[in-house]
Amino acid sequence: MFPELGQFSLILALLLALLLAVVPLTGSLTGRPILQDFARPLAAGQFVFVALAFALLTQAFVTDDFSVAYVANNSNSLLPWYYKFSAVWGSHEGSLLLWILILTGWTLAVAIFSRRLPAAMIAQVLSIMGIISSSFLLFSIITSNPFSRLLPNVPADGADLNPLLQDIGLIAHPPMLYMGYVGFSVAFAFAIAALINGRLDAAWARWSRPWTTVAWAFLSLGIALGSWWAYYELGWGGWWFWDPVENASLLPWLAGTALMHSLAVTEKRGVFKSWTVLLAIITFSLSLMGAFLVRSGVLTSVHAFASDPERGVFLMVLLAVTVISSLTLYAFRAPVVHSRVRYGSLSREVFLLLNNVLLIAAMLLVLVGTVYPLVLDYFDMGRLSIGKPFFDITFTPVAIAIGLLMGAGIFSRWKKTDSGWLGQRLLWPAACSLILATLVPLLFGDFEPWAFVGVFTASWVAVATLQDLWQKSASSRGRLAGARRQSRSYYGMVLGHLGLAITMAGISVVSNYGSEREVRMSPGDSIEIHGLTFNFVRVGQRQGPNYTAESAEVVISRDGNPVVTLFPEKRQYQVRRNIMTEAGIDAGLFRDLFVALGEKVGDNAWALRLQYKPLLRWVWLGALFMAAGGLLAISDRRYRIRSRQQAAEVADHEANATTVVANRVAP
Amino acid sequence: MHPTRKKRLTIILFLIGGLALAVGLTSYALRQNINLFYNPTQIADGEAPAGVRIRAGGMVEKGSVKRDPDSLKVRFRVTDFHRSVAMEYTGILPDLFAEGQGVVAMGRLMASGEFVADEVLAKHDENYMPPEVQESLDKAASRTSASR
Repeated sequence: MFPELGQFSLILALLLALLLAVVPLTGSLTGRPILQDFARPLAAGQFVFVALAFALLTQAFVTDDFSVAYVANNSNSLLPWYYKFSAVWGSHEGSLLLWILILTGWTLAVAIFSRRLPAAMIAQVLSIMGIISSSFLLFSIITSNPFSRLLPNVPADGADLNPLLQDIGLIAHPPMLYMGYVGFSVAFAFAIAALINGRLDAAWARWSRPWTTVAWAFLSLGIALGSWWAYYELGWGGWWFWDPVENASLLPWLAGTALMHSLAVTEKRGVFKSWTVLLAIITFSLSLMGAFLVRSGVLTSVHAFASDPERGVFLMVLLAVTVISSLTLYAFRAPVVHSRVRYGSLSREVFLLLNNVLLIAAMLLVLVGTVYPLVLDYFDMGRLSIGKPFFDITFTPVAIAIGLLMGAGIFSRWKKTDSGWLGQRLLWPAACSLILATLVPLLFGDFEPWAFVGVFTASWVAVATLQDLWQKSASSRGRLAGARRQSRSYYGMVLGHLGLAITMAGISVVSNYGSEREVRMSPGDSIEIHGLTFNFVRVGQRQGPNYTAESAEVVISRDGNPVVTLFPEKRQYQVRRNIMTEAGIDAGLFRDLFVALGEKVGDNAWALRLQYKPLLRWVWLGALFMAAGGLLAISDRRYRIRSRQQAAEVADHEANATTVVANRVAP
Repeated sequence: MHPTRKKRLTIILFLIGGLALAVGLTSYALRQNINLFYNPTQIADGEAPAGVRIRAGGMVEKGSVKRDPDSLKVRFRVTDFHRSVAMEYTGILPDLFAEGQGVVAMGRLMASGEFVADEVLAKHDENYMPPEVQESLDKAASRTSASR
């Protein structure tokens, strides 16, 4: 009976979402406050019923209710309890429900934390979120119902969760990623609402900023978690493959990064308004495109869900409708009047504009590489794939350019920056980076041009960021007082930029100095990699909760002194009978040692993959810094305390909204 | 010229130059890094170019997997049940590589007609078939039934 209740609450949630999509919007357009006031209760109601459905699906998993088709296909009574819990989002139907849960959660959060917004504005924003959630609820109920039953032939046990997904990384990766993807819908809703009532101003930018930043922070975390999971779980020891689905998450991240910076300019200086709105539309459309790529079955990938074409069509239509309708609205409503704000050709505005141009260029490169093969295939013009070399060649120079520009941009001032003054500031970063980049070949081996350039850029950004902090915190009452005077959003920016520098340094070093070998070894054999001796001691049997494993022992030593012993495994899961590689990893801040067991290739010989990866952890550590920076920035007091200026803006906004409505009602 | 116009012109010229450079580099990089997919029938019929990095895929023929006793070299045949192609790969095969299963390999076709793979991808769960492989199997199947 519980699954039927789940189905029922999904349908109720859909009805509430449809009401949310229509009623407050109508109220705001016809100027009837009573209808607008429905927005918050409807947002809350929709969340409650989606949460109930999600809880009931979880309950079906925890109680092993194999009469539910989705549970039967993705769980098993032998599965440990925590994986039963995460199996809820282990496949298409459940992960879509998680997506909807997060979407309605964001909607509720907007309803709660936007008490100081004008009523008409909040009604429109929540209505637009309602339109999005009704489409996804419709999608779920029509094409991907997680509560479908297998009656009367209830299977005795489930088909088990794909062993790749039986992992801690998978418990956290999808929720974080979806928080990011879906979070951009808030910025989108704000942008559309601003277009509808024709008010694109500093207040609008200020309201959108924290939501964009927090979504971006979650997306950064989600991408890093996915990369970390791929590294230790897939057994290949790679951390980024330029796989179309990875790209699908990188696209909104790049656009979202541009949006975050452009919003800052719009808020502080009132320029780039139309561009910012366009970016908000692009970012969310890219999130939707990610959903389409993953769920339509057009891709060959570890992420692709085996899927029926109906779902692809639905998502394609949803994406097309979103893009076309929002761009049409944009074409008619975006401000065409040139802003009267002036800025010089060397100013923070220009630096941020260039940052946007480069980020969008990087995004387009990734987009071309990802979508081009799909488009050709769709028109039956041949099957081809675009691999890692394309992305490496094109993306790297743009990333370097972004970093170099950023170091200079950190010092730049609004309106006008003196070029001589700026040049002087840049002496320190230039000198320090040159030294650090020269040290790299001495520490890690041969001279590699890309590693040199990459490390130079990374330390250029880091030194500039720290130098700026040092200068800004100078105070007559001492350094500490000066440091305390800086706002949290400033520290958020410092953390974010340092994070980027850390990630860049990590990527540059690990991709140029990492070594990897695939070898055939018998017990007793040893191989030397980067001054370390990998000694293959033996292979034994081991019994896990729902698998049996062959576990190898590999002792790694340097000059006869043992460093670490690793136990890579080859597991066979009992239910699906499939084989999984569980790598042995010694993680360290400065280097990772990785051993994966391949197949048995002789009587007692095994294939082994041995890797030495310097600074690999930095790639993900940087993402943690970025996410922490984002979260710190939104805790800034100016988002919490209603300042007098803001109150005035709200009043002004309300007055204006009434005139807009009056104008519209008048004829 | 008016200073504002001059500034605007500089920006526009800069953007156009940058855009042209970006488009040029991208299309060059694309041309260098595209890997076309060929099925075993196309390769056997000599439609695939030799010495160029391409992708090939199909089902691993039953009983065709042979290992070299001293190294990680492995030989197998990939078929679409119409024609088949011999493949050679040195390294660790993916966990789900098995006889009678679908694979996609990336590598070069030698003049001898053998395909030397530098990367082998297998499907990631038992219900999933790479779309390329499915399509080439369907094509081969329709060809076989047509010739009957």
